[in-house]
Amino acid sequence: MSNAATFDTRTETAIPVESPLAYSYRRSGAPQAGGPSRLQLRERAMLGHLILRGGAIVLDEAVRDVLGLNLPGQPQTLVQDASGERSIQWLSPDEWLVIVPGGEEFPLETKLREQLGSAHFAISDVSGGQTLIELSGEAARELLMKTVVYDVHPSHFPVGKGVTTVFAKATTILRRPSEDRWELVIRRSFADYCYRWLLDAGAEFGINVQQ
Amino acid sequence: MSQSKQQVYRLNTGGRIDRSRTLSFTFNGQRYQGHPGDTLASALLANGIDIVNRSFKYSRPRGIVAAGAEEPNAIVQLGSSEAAQVPNVRATQQALYDGLTASSTNGWPNVQRDLMGLFGKLGGQFMPPGFYYKTFMAPASMWLTYEKYIRKAAGLGRSPMEADPDNYDHFNQHCDVLVVGAGAAGLAAALAAARSGARVMVADEQEEMGGSLLASRETLEGKPADQWVARVLDELASCENVTLLPRTTANGYHDHNFVTLHERRTEHLGDTAPVENGHRQVRARLHRVRAGQVILSTGTHERPLVYAGNDVPGNLLAGAVSTYIRRYGVAPGRKLVLSTSNDYGYRAALDWKEAGCKVVAIVDAREVPAGDWVDAARAQGIKIITGCAVIEAKGSNRVTAARVAKIDIEAFKVTGPVQELACDTIASSGGYSPVIHLASHTGARPTWRDDILGFVPGLVKGVQACGGANGCYALGDVLAEGVEAGIKAAAAMGHAVQTVTLPSAERLQQGPAVALFQVPHEKPTLRGPKQFVDLQNDVTAAGIELATREGFESIEHIKRYTAMGFGTDQGKLGNINGMAIAARCLNRSIPEVGTTVFRPNYTPVTFGAIVGRHCRDLFDPERYTALHQWHVERGAEFEDVGQWKRPWYYPQKVNGKTETMHEAVARECLAVREKVGILDASTLGKIDIQGPDAREFLARIYTNKWEKLAVGKCRYGLMCKDDGMVTDDGVTSCLAENHFLMTTTTGGAAAILEWLELWHQTEWPELDVYFSSVTDHWATMTITGPEARKLLAEISDLDLDRDSFKFMDWRSGNVAGVPARVYRISFTGELTFEINVQANYAMHVWQTLFKHGEKYGLTPYGTETMHVLRAEKGFIIVGQETDGSVTPEDLGMQWAIGYDKPYSWIGKRALTRSDTKRENRKQLVGLRPKDPKVILEEGAQIVFDPNHAIPMPMVGHVTSSYYSPILDSGFALAVVKGGHQKLGETVYLPMADGQTFEAEIVSTIFYDPKGERQNV
Amino acid sequence: MFYIYCPYCGEHREEEEFHPKGQAHLERPKEPEACSDEEWGDYLFFRDNPRGVHHEMWVHAVGCRKFFNVTRHTVSYEILETYKMGEQPSITADSQSQAREGAAVSQQEGVRA
Repeated sequence: MSNAATFDTRTETAIPVESPLAYSYRRSGAPQAGGPSRLQLRERAMLGHLILRGGAIVLDEAVRDVLGLNLPGQPQTLVQDASGERSIQWLSPDEWLVIVPGGEEFPLETKLREQLGSAHFAISDVSGGQTLIELSGEAARELLMKTVVYDVHPSHFPVGKGVTTVFAKATTILRRPSEDRWELVIRRSFADYCYRWLLDAGAEFGINVQQ
Repeated sequence: MSQSKQQVYRLNTGGRIDRSRTLSFTFNGQRYQGHPGDTLASALLANGIDIVNRSFKYSRPRGIVAAGAEEPNAIVQLGSSEAAQVPNVRATQQALYDGLTASSTNGWPNVQRDLMGLFGKLGGQFMPPGFYYKTFMAPASMWLTYEKYIRKAAGLGRSPMEADPDNYDHFNQHCDVLVVGAGAAGLAAALAAARSGARVMVADEQEEMGGSLLASRETLEGKPADQWVARVLDELASCENVTLLPRTTANGYHDHNFVTLHERRTEHLGDTAPVENGHRQVRARLHRVRAGQVILSTGTHERPLVYAGNDVPGNLLAGAVSTYIRRYGVAPGRKLVLSTSNDYGYRAALDWKEAGCKVVAIVDAREVPAGDWVDAARAQGIKIITGCAVIEAKGSNRVTAARVAKIDIEAFKVTGPVQELACDTIASSGGYSPVIHLASHTGARPTWRDDILGFVPGLVKGVQACGGANGCYALGDVLAEGVEAGIKAAAAMGHAVQTVTLPSAERLQQGPAVALFQVPHEKPTLRGPKQFVDLQNDVTAAGIELATREGFESIEHIKRYTAMGFGTDQGKLGNINGMAIAARCLNRSIPEVGTTVFRPNYTPVTFGAIVGRHCRDLFDPERYTALHQWHVERGAEFEDVGQWKRPWYYPQKVNGKTETMHEAVARECLAVREKVGILDASTLGKIDIQGPDAREFLARIYTNKWEKLAVGKCRYGLMCKDDGMVTDDGVTSCLAENHFLMTTTTGGAAAILEWLELWHQTEWPELDVYFSSVTDHWATMTITGPEARKLLAEISDLDLDRDSFKFMDWRSGNVAGVPARVYRISFTGELTFEINVQANYAMHVWQTLFKHGEKYGLTPYGTETMHVLRAEKGFIIVGQETDGSVTPEDLGMQWAIGYDKPYSWIGKRALTRSDTKRENRKQLVGLRPKDPKVILEEGAQIVFDPNHAIPMPMVGHVTSSYYSPILDSGFALAVVKGGHQKLGETVYLPMADGQTFEAEIVSTIFYDPKGERQNV
Repeated sequence: MFYIYCPYCGEHREEEEFHPKGQAHLERPKEPEACSDEEWGDYLFFRDNPRGVHHEMWVHAVGCRKFFNVTRHTVSYEILETYKMGEQPSITADSQSQAREGAAVSQQEGVRA
């Protein structure tokens, strides 16, 4: 076991929780297009988010054993399980983002720590600090072109890619888990700004928010 | 408003306009009619509007000269309502729509009869170049008065006074090949590149793509050239890899092939964007294009000849005359005299004649013109006067005659008698200038080519110029250059090009052109009638000659002295002529005078497009904590801390009256000192530090010691840069032997994380440690005050006994049923618990605290109260007490410096430099005003001797100053030279209003000096 | 607006994702206490300002957060190469002046979208 403190921030007790967009829904609403919409936005709240740091060689086996996924060693790659519910994304040569269903993050961290033993690595739980926004629909790419500086053309941004980049005047982690879906990982404190930006930029496409 | 007038200059046939529909528009309050396909300029010409503006400096009447972006005169103010006002629109680039409302930009009080006109008539003597500098410079105090009238008279257009109802945005584009300009060369290049499969973008500033081919008398494959244009555009439009952007101007060419395109999406439809499906369409869009390869097929601007009276309405560019006839079905006059130095100009006369109007004469500066177009003119029976030029246009509000004479270009002299030809229009052509503006934005110097009498663009990596922009003018060659550029660009991006078959173009015989820029007059330039070089800025040939006589030799200096090429014009028509005149005056060649540099933007870009979506409530990110909604509902006033919105104070209603900030802060302060307060401290930066070398890393990056900090303990840490100056502070806690949680200032969070990574990645990669930001993951709620323990005990399973959970300890447990880490640290001097929970639970915990806190008088407080309370305790705020020039010792924080740590930590060496060791450095002290009612001004300068002659030596300044409710007195923190040795001494603070305050230097700790209250 | 190849991400990225961090290859003296005030002052405050080839440190701040080095021409602003922390540049002012005698760099070679 690494000599680090682990801390399960969740509780089994039924306690009201608020996602980073809770305030935004109350403030800006969740628009529904009257007719057919070219653009859908959906928050996937309360997921487990872990930052995994260490050398790829150190982490690879443990990640495969515990998470059942290959650690993506190539820059800008995103790997997910068959259900698409668990994913691991390259963020830097020694940093990955793991996203799992809410509540799985602490057991996962514990198992990884057990498996990795005294190796040098770090795991930080950031589940409360970010949320995942999903964009789909034919206008999603145009919306992203208004929003991020990274090239989102399919020839340059195929399925299975993920990058950290500039989102308007904030930042985001942008990933493409499937042909018709994009995911934005947004920091909690910037979430309202990002949400209002997406609603404003998406208005001309009749953006539809699913809650 | 009068009745609509007839389009007296409209031709019955020809042009790309739709005569079956009529549009009405208003210009300077008069109603007129035009057709779809018109620009505002072509419609004005059709209606016989000669005067469209008054000139900038001399207030002379001016008419339309050109048909495109180079138009210097027809600059209009658009908009039918206040909110829709747009200044500086070129009438030649504005599509006509029904209901368009425009007025002249200049002309006070109106263009027809202008008060300033008198000034203009006399102006030659009164307003030489440098006039403004020379006349209005002194006295400086009068400048504001002068400026008001100069501006009013000059009239640079005006901004709307009401909010713009329209939306704008930015598109981040990436492509393999960006083609700028969709004329013959651009279309050929785009076609070649598109067929390779490369990602191609084509931007063209006009309403329709096709450039000069839309109005050309030349044929392709024996058919009118516009048929080829239509075919190519059809193919490009059908390609998925091609983006066509008409009405889109490439305005700026920045580093590494980053080009900004200004797309006007609805400006041809109305003065505000139409609403579609309940949403107002995006009016204009700025495309930020990162291109692999750029092809500049921007064509040419025709160069006018510079002759006397060349600014009188009715003087046009020869090419513009052709464009108005062939593209818009307008002949801008009845009787034409053409003055030319080359064959190309002849086309205007041929078009004019074919339109059924009278060509009085072609005046050709060459002795023996020869070529296909010359022959065609002869065949048409047009009179050609050779070896001559129009030396002067007569007329005031419209040309009435051309004065023509034989000239000797070399000797710059009129050599024969002058004949006067009655006419209403003079077209001139001095050849072409490649449009090299974009290329010169990159900093690449253009090259002068004697064979084309023009500059061709200098090129940086990844850019090609082709066609007119490259000095290539024969249609067949232009197409070939375009295809070649397209193939090369695509190949450079790894795309193989299939063959592209060129359409066959006519091969025309052309005679050589002659280098004619300024036409000589019988009188010397300085004494003769004005010959305009830059019509928009009213720069004359005499002005340039005068500038050279006054010692300005470099073209860059001449430009600044005369204002040539300034402003929205950017020297499109005038710069080359101006350089030629300067070269003549200085007896040098044109390239010796210098090259010309153009700056972005090529044509004006509206603020809307520049701003895009970054406006109103999206101007800048607002960062919120998980408790933001509670603060809003509680009526908090917010303070901006970086991008965060933090509650500043929470004004309450007392007897129906809302508290002032002073009242609210006093109440909040006393609540903390006497009962219990609560602060949302979630904004503090939090960095998770893990690894076996984490402790060593902390010891190197902080000034104080970390080797003995035990698990479960917290410590205040101070950080310096290597210059020894304090840069951040915060509490770092030992979570486990190899695991620490660092807190940073709210504003410093991102920078400190980067700072840690910098040292780890560059200097100490051997240390095994990782850093991750967890700022947003945790919500931090600080409860502080004598009742804090009782409150927390009610909702927590933690052992809060003072001996088991000591000051500077942290513990984990449940708070309000939620797993929490609780830190017993204090920024107020009172008993304090900082409760940290995962942010998604924060609202529940906060609300539970209030449910139980009411009986203890739990009071939310904001940043202002936090500032007062910490200042009473002498706790610093980095960035307030420090400004990058303050060492830990200056702050009196020797206790936080581990001089004997083994590693020479960041900042240590600098703290032993002679300058950081000297005794009279500015040091942090407390100040107690002699009059307790006085609140010293933050930033106020401090002196030791108020009777010293001015300038008094300033010995420091106030860094923080507040009213303390608990002390019922003003108090302050300040830095004072040698202050640590001056406790008890009096200092003086002379204020701007003449008052001088007295204060005593005291300890920085104003309240509870022994620190007993936090340790209960 | 620069287009910068991040040697860690392995692709060109927009300048907005980066922060410039000043001159590259400045090593902190191993024994700061052994430095004279002047030597320490040189390390802290004195930087090169060449016309031509310059080596700079940048960080891919909105990206992989890695620091790396850039060889940039301060007149043309052309980025000649980027390389990882700890590596040495292959292009220097000296190597450039030698290369100038050789063939001119192809005008057509551009950056990839």
